[in-house]
Amino acid sequence: MNFKDVVAHLKERHSDAIEGTDETKRDPWIVVKKDKLVELCKTLRDDPKLDYDHLSLISAVDYPPATIEIVYHLDSLRLNHPLVLKVKLPRATPKIPSLVTVWPTADWHERESYDLMGIEFEGHPNLTRILCAEDWVGFPLRKDYKWPEEYHGVPCGPFAGKDVNIPPEWEQEGFTTRKA
Amino acid sequence: MAIPQELHRDVRTEEFLLNMGPQHPSTHGVLRVVVRTDGELVLEATPHVGYLHRCFEKCAENTTWKQVVPYTDRMDYLAAMCNNITYTLAVEKLMGWEKLIPRKTTIVRTLLFELQRIASHLMSIGTYGLDVGAITPFLHCFRERERLLEIFEEVSGQRLNYSYITPGGFQYPWPDAINRKIKGFCEYFEERITEYNDLLSYNGIFIERTKSIGVLSPQQARAYGCTGPMLRGSGIARDLRWDQPYLLYDELKKEGVFRVRYQGDKTPDPRDQMVDWSLGELGDCWSRYMVRAAELEQSRRIVLACLAKLDKLTDSEKEAGAGNIIKEADRAYTAPKGEEAYFKSENPRGELGYYVVSDGKPKAYRVKARAPSFNNLQVLTEISRGAMVADLIAIIGSIDIVLGEVDR
Amino acid sequence: MIPLLAEALNPNPAGPTGVLWLVQKLVGPDAFERWGGTLTLVGSLGILLLLVVPIVATLFPLFAIWLERKVSAHMQSRLGPMEVGWHGWLQTLADGIKLLGKEDIIPAGADKPLFILGPIITLAGVFVMLAVMPMGPHLIPADLNLGLFFLAAAGSIEVIGVMMAGWASNNKWSLFGTMRLATQLVSYEVPLGISFVTVTAMAGSLSMQEIVRQQHGWIWNWFIFRNPVMPLVFIIYFTASLAETKRAPFDLPEAESELVAGFHTEYSGMRFSIFFLAEYVAMYVVAAIAAVIFLGGWHTGIGPFDAWIQGASGGWGGEDPSLAMAVIANLVGMHVVFAKAWVLIFVQMWLRWTLPRIRLDQVMDLCLKFLLPASVVFFMVTIGWELLPFESWTSDIPFIKDHLQWRLPRFAVFLVYSCLVGYWFFWFKRTFQDPFKRSVKEKPWVISGVSTT
Repeated sequence: MNFKDVVAHLKERHSDAIEGTDETKRDPWIVVKKDKLVELCKTLRDDPKLDYDHLSLISAVDYPPATIEIVYHLDSLRLNHPLVLKVKLPRATPKIPSLVTVWPTADWHERESYDLMGIEFEGHPNLTRILCAEDWVGFPLRKDYKWPEEYHGVPCGPFAGKDVNIPPEWEQEGFTTRKA
Repeated sequence: MAIPQELHRDVRTEEFLLNMGPQHPSTHGVLRVVVRTDGELVLEATPHVGYLHRCFEKCAENTTWKQVVPYTDRMDYLAAMCNNITYTLAVEKLMGWEKLIPRKTTIVRTLLFELQRIASHLMSIGTYGLDVGAITPFLHCFRERERLLEIFEEVSGQRLNYSYITPGGFQYPWPDAINRKIKGFCEYFEERITEYNDLLSYNGIFIERTKSIGVLSPQQARAYGCTGPMLRGSGIARDLRWDQPYLLYDELKKEGVFRVRYQGDKTPDPRDQMVDWSLGELGDCWSRYMVRAAELEQSRRIVLACLAKLDKLTDSEKEAGAGNIIKEADRAYTAPKGEEAYFKSENPRGELGYYVVSDGKPKAYRVKARAPSFNNLQVLTEISRGAMVADLIAIIGSIDIVLGEVDR
Repeated sequence: MIPLLAEALNPNPAGPTGVLWLVQKLVGPDAFERWGGTLTLVGSLGILLLLVVPIVATLFPLFAIWLERKVSAHMQSRLGPMEVGWHGWLQTLADGIKLLGKEDIIPAGADKPLFILGPIITLAGVFVMLAVMPMGPHLIPADLNLGLFFLAAAGSIEVIGVMMAGWASNNKWSLFGTMRLATQLVSYEVPLGISFVTVTAMAGSLSMQEIVRQQHGWIWNWFIFRNPVMPLVFIIYFTASLAETKRAPFDLPEAESELVAGFHTEYSGMRFSIFFLAEYVAMYVVAAIAAVIFLGGWHTGIGPFDAWIQGASGGWGGEDPSLAMAVIANLVGMHVVFAKAWVLIFVQMWLRWTLPRIRLDQVMDLCLKFLLPASVVFFMVTIGWELLPFESWTSDIPFIKDHLQWRLPRFAVFLVYSCLVGYWFFWFKRTFQDPFKRSVKEKPWVISGVSTT
């Protein structure tokens, strides 16, 4: 099923869950409302025409100042029609229901998003830090993260957080030498 | 192999909390597994990762698209070409350059992908033998791997972290003289596969050690997002090279060079296909090991086919694909703001994916890596219940993790 | 005290045997009668300290460790030590000097007395077994009437030493290794002991020299060919002895890839090298025992040559040879024993580097469900075979009656087993084909008619 058919199929069952779609990009995506996420995912998984049984990736992308986006990449082992779901969360309190009950593989992915971005997944059985140390403070992958000066007495390097090898003019808006 | 209930009442046993610490000869890197055992029987094994976390994604946010390529090498350092290729294809998808890449570049990328698969599987098979106690096959596998690393060194200047394939083509032009060397390697390699099978795969003790251990049912494999040999070892015929072809695999598929069984996860009938043995049946450690051993032969055939295609190229095609379509002056290329792409490929360990997000600037806004070992490792708790401690080592070895990509 | 010891060491009423016979040759019968007891002690200790300990217990591990490294290297397509000395033959010495120079670390929570005693008892247990190992017609430190029994008993001392070491290390991983070890070693002593008993049933004596003497003559007189099941008993003995010395494929207690180093994880420097030494001396001991009780000991297997050795070394009831001839014959015998032991040691090394490790419950399965019943059955068969009246059955056949009568069964066994081994080497290997390759060859390279949807 191509993207349009999937969206139409979903709209029949969960018309209130879908906030919007974007079909103009390389991987078209569906923006989903946070509260209806789990039901929508259950439909995606169980409906034989959709059969999304493989959750590839859960990413969190930080768009300061207002939103954090959670992006779910799904795929079907049998039907081979990948799909992208997005949920936009407010940056101040990023809370979202956990998908561990739908796809058990979400366990570690959600722990990683919690660890690096600070997103709280409600209903996750074991939401603890996975990549950083257990007593680490802060969420490193956020754009406004301040590197600590030292950790347990070990100083955290002088170049932490500074940009290297990028000439300053490249930072300006609109600069490019080759466009896509 | 459980202790019968009657015995529990009469003999008071205590649980033993064992820490297979970050430093251990068999955990394939810095993996910590906390094991609760009852004597030799494992009740629960919990993996703790993060000892090799190097903030790859944060570093990637401070660099341009091309500068991220060396970071991708170091993620899965045993399959660095595959990482490079996947990331490069993700960026090329983001930028929309798919039609611009010359044919020779595509053929060479496929060739390198498969050569790297051979190298990675040799390492995995060798170290698996080492975990189980067979020390000699390890060195034999490394003898072959050395030849491959010599080839890679001639091509890219590096033995392990190549950074050879960058968006647009290659970092250095492809040396055509090396095609003969690769062909010689493939011919030499054919007998070596028989040698490994004689020495290890069909060894009675090895089979006793790995059969019916760590059984992963197809339902569990799908639910936990396992990919690659773990999925194929459980009988599910899913190979991204076949199902969602990229590079040259479409063509190879049509020519019958590269075969996987039919699609879908029906339990296969051995009389039906049985061409590659690259699909396991039982989901145990031996099946996963055998999938990797069979993929050696498969990759070898693909490499030979790619070499044949390289020979058939016209001169103008050879010229066009020698280097990189992006010149040094254009190295700060960008994609429109809001554009994003996810590209996945069949790494030796499973499905490797890169999710790249652009914001219109030359720097990568967000690069997220989907590492196959990260997902595959979650399954450890499930499949090691009731195994013995010695089996736990065999199970970890059969999942074939590389901590570099688990932790990034 | 000394007369008692002398009595214990030489209870043979027919006259001095073993090393005492050599001593008597050296000092003459008069001095021997006066100073018999002291000379006994001196002679035995002398053999032990001048011959056995330096050659077997010190030089042998030096050489064996080097050989193991070279053998393993060449099997693994590499070269091994090449730096120190010609092809690295001094490497072990260099390693020994390095280990001597290391700091002696005893872990904080370790049980100090046990930690120190562990390696010592292990080494002692192994060394003690050397006292009854025959190396030539008269080169045996103590020709006990209970030689084989003594070996079985002394082999159990090693178990205690290793268990002490593992327990005293205060390390969960060492404890794992120790627990595995205790089960493995103690269980495998049973098939080992039963194969000893089988040999005793055939020889009629537990004395090591007596067992060797019974194998004089041609090669089919060796105990391994006495019986159709004796080669299998030999294999049972060899397997059990591999398990006793904790060599691969039974090296679970010191499994490198799982337990770092098992029971000797916490040992470093000289203490570790004591364990290492004990392992290699034990390798020699079990190989030498196999050579003595199954493969004819210091007999070469060539009839006339053995008769010469027997005569030249003063045989048993032969005429009195000179000291020089006795020494030469003894040296020849010593080299024969060593050669046989070395072949078996090479096989041990070969197996170690080829086979993976067997898991503990599979090890126990092998012992209790397979080796133990098999060895008991073979023991019964052996006893029955000894009782069979071959002479009366073949007393009518002309040629056999005169030449081969009581030797026919062993000759037949020797022929059959040699043919089987030859068959294996020449025909079986040629016809075996890798099923993987076979399947790839059978299916065509290009598919026709496979749907790609």
